[in-house]
Amino acid sequence: MPSAMLVLVGCQLVGELLRATFQVPIPGPVIGMFLLALVLGIRAKRTGTGRTPAPLKPVAEGLIANMGLLFVPAGVGIIAEAGVIRKEWLPIVVAVAGSTILSLIVTALVMHWTLRPAHADGADHEGGVS
Amino acid sequence: MNAALHHLWTPLSATPLLWLVVTLAAYVVGRQVQRACGGSPFASPVLIAILIVGATLLGTGTTYDTYFAGAQFIHFLLGPVTVALAVPLAENFALVRRHLSSIGLALLAGSLTSVISGVGLVWLLGGSRSVALSMAPKAVTTPIAMAVSDQIGGVPALTASLAILGGILAAIIGRHMLARFQIDDWRAHGLAAGVAGSGIAAAQVAALDEVGAAFAALGIGLNGLLTALLVPLLAALWR
Repeated sequence: MPSAMLVLVGCQLVGELLRATFQVPIPGPVIGMFLLALVLGIRAKRTGTGRTPAPLKPVAEGLIANMGLLFVPAGVGIIAEAGVIRKEWLPIVVAVAGSTILSLIVTALVMHWTLRPAHADGADHEGGVS
Repeated sequence: MNAALHHLWTPLSATPLLWLVVTLAAYVVGRQVQRACGGSPFASPVLIAILIVGATLLGTGTTYDTYFAGAQFIHFLLGPVTVALAVPLAENFALVRRHLSSIGLALLAGSLTSVISGVGLVWLLGGSRSVALSMAPKAVTTPIAMAVSDQIGGVPALTASLAILGGILAAIIGRHMLARFQIDDWRAHGLAAGVAGSGIAAAQVAALDEVGAAFAALGIGLNGLLTALLVPLLAALWR
């Protein structure tokens, strides 16, 4: 577990450093995610197995499975914004709901339509790095 | 009695420990409620936890800053968990590479839809300009959304709240909505959750399916990149 945390926080740190050095508007953790994915991809190609190194996988899965919890502190911040939200509640509620639903449907539909030809072979769970 | 309670409360409410316990307990309760409801996405544990903690803060007259001093230890883990999304992403590299053009098209369409419809609806309903600008980047992961909002003249804290509201909504109705359109494919579902609802919606998908998790991770990351580049450009046009 310590080594897995080291990998995760280390990638985040490198991401933050890259962000600060090149002044990119992308947060460190997102850069760190692409970096780690790249490293894991290269490693998989070299070793020939798609398997994630043993200590990393359970920690990553545990964190992802409980990701909802991590949004609670930021979410409670809504009460600090209650003033603006109450004053302009109609445009806010309609726009959040409308744009979220529209974007959800448009993204999924475009993905679904463009995948259709490949969908003929059926398997959705053909994953894993070959 | 009241004095004794006050005596106990005052030092306790200032330690980070209390608000850590409250946050964890509220989330555990949220999960129990969801389990009791047969795993229904309508009983969102995130929403339930936010309501419980929010009510506790209001009831005890605690400021958000005091609360956050304790809860920041949980908040901090958002960074490592974002990095951790690399694991399902890497394990499904082959699948992602095979569908690169679909992903690109869906991402562009979904991202533009979110920004334009969000700003447009606020504007149509007579909302203020700062609320409209705060709405523009609300579909992406909270730290990017806040940075972009600040850059274009929105209110970052409001954007964070909108991002969370949108995420909760996407997590709650996502599966239902897509089932109505006969989309039962985890690749489409995952990407849509990541693009439209970022972390919270992705968390819901990730708990259900690994391929969904990979595409949700991709949706969050790529939509973050695209929005950070696109929204400041669009905002510059709308003056």
